[in-house]
Amino acid sequence: MANKSWQADLKDRDVTDPQLYLNRRRFIKGSAASVAALTLGASPTWASPSPTGKPLQHDKNAAFAPDEALTPYQDVSDYCNFYELGTGKGDPAKHAHWLRSDPWSVTIEGEVAKPGTLSLEALLKPHPLEERIYRLRCVEAWSMVVPWLGFPLADLLKRFEPTSRAKYVAFETLYDPTTLKGQKHDIIHWPYAEGLRMDEAMNPLSLMAVGLYGHALPNQNGAPLRLVVPWKYGFKSIKSIVTIRLTEEQPPTAWNRHAPQEYGFYANVNPDVDHPRWSQAKERRIGEFFKRKTLPFNGYGDYVAGLYQGMDLSVHF
Amino acid sequence: MSWKRARLLLMALSLVPLLWYGQQLLDNRLGANPIEAVIRASGRWSLYLLLATLAVTPLLRLFHLKPLGSFRRPLGVACFGYGLLHLLLYVGVDQFFDGAAIWKDILKRPFITMGVATLLLMLPLALTSNNAMVRQLGGRRWKRLHRLIYLIAPMALLHLYWLTKADYRFAYQMTVLVALLLGYRVLHLARGHFVGNQGGKSVT
Repeated sequence: MANKSWQADLKDRDVTDPQLYLNRRRFIKGSAASVAALTLGASPTWASPSPTGKPLQHDKNAAFAPDEALTPYQDVSDYCNFYELGTGKGDPAKHAHWLRSDPWSVTIEGEVAKPGTLSLEALLKPHPLEERIYRLRCVEAWSMVVPWLGFPLADLLKRFEPTSRAKYVAFETLYDPTTLKGQKHDIIHWPYAEGLRMDEAMNPLSLMAVGLYGHALPNQNGAPLRLVVPWKYGFKSIKSIVTIRLTEEQPPTAWNRHAPQEYGFYANVNPDVDHPRWSQAKERRIGEFFKRKTLPFNGYGDYVAGLYQGMDLSVHF
Repeated sequence: MSWKRARLLLMALSLVPLLWYGQQLLDNRLGANPIEAVIRASGRWSLYLLLATLAVTPLLRLFHLKPLGSFRRPLGVACFGYGLLHLLLYVGVDQFFDGAAIWKDILKRPFITMGVATLLLMLPLALTSNNAMVRQLGGRRWKRLHRLIYLIAPMALLHLYWLTKADYRFAYQMTVLVALLLGYRVLHLARGHFVGNQGGKSVT
């Protein structure tokens, strides 16, 4: 379970191929900016917007501040998978207004001593927010570096006193086809569902996020409450959570249900196990031209590899 | 406007998507992953132009516009052009000429296999889309060769299906259109319009 050796995240630079790191260059952005500056003068149309959400009080967690360039806020908030708001990458930002993220309540049920439905405010109140900079690796072979604001999932779960029968945690996204119009189409099984094994959920890396870049989450990024599990592919990081259910059995998950041969329950980032339709060996960091090598567990092996000892991760992918 | 000028205009128009995306790319308006955006756009436009090519025959028959036939080859060539660009972007920008990775992809990933096969099959059609080649091959052989398009179209659709993750709406729409365009020809055949065809008309 809890991994004693987890501490400062100082090994990233050693793990990342240094040459790749030094050679990084902002692809189109840099060149487009210089072309623009030369030919058209400064133009506001491609100035990167800053967060519009409510600023949130937080501390920075120095243990999770890797020396890597952050993905610009514009890209984090414009390039999203959130099928409830549309299946194109740009759709969620365009349709963000479909989601009414305030007021919001969350139900905690199942194998807990103290189940209940809480308003978001009540849910968040006891938890001080910290900023953690995590790499996010999508199953589609792109990646980002995101400064999340949140608090450990373990702290939240402990409040509701899991029983000894709690082996898994299931999460569900809001289901409301009248506003979340993507849910009118039978694309995957709604509501979107995800799950973790209890020890994964209690791992210090597992974060409940309510913001990014110092501000409240934009709707397209899963406002007002989402999961972030940085050693797993992005689809595990379920957005806009309304239900947290502790269970004895492994819960069904949306993508695993949709295509079990392509999306496993564990979905640990693993360069050695290809997605059936593409290689997972490399990834394109958003904003970079060349692909970089994907790291096992997205570079978080020190924290989580122990969770999977004795498991064949090509079977339990 | 004469048909000849209309045809020139059409050829110019087929370059519009290329120029538009080129401009968007320079302006950094293609979102966070411009590489993915241009790869998808080139594939989509190749498919649109495939549909346009297949639409020529039904349109010219339904509206008795024989000169429309001269639109077919430029549309087909444009379809190939965007398809080739699609492949080159995959090879050059997505895989960065990593021969081993590309070969592995072709062998292992059905949608890549199908995409590459589709484009290879389009190559002889593109290469023979000039008057000299029509003359050299002779009309009947040329037409027989170009019936490969009836194989190419479903292959392109398979490529689209196999790369789709979950939302099949676009693939369904394209399939319906292809089915209509090919279905028209089947109906025509069934009604005996081409029985005893002596090289004059054909099912192209």
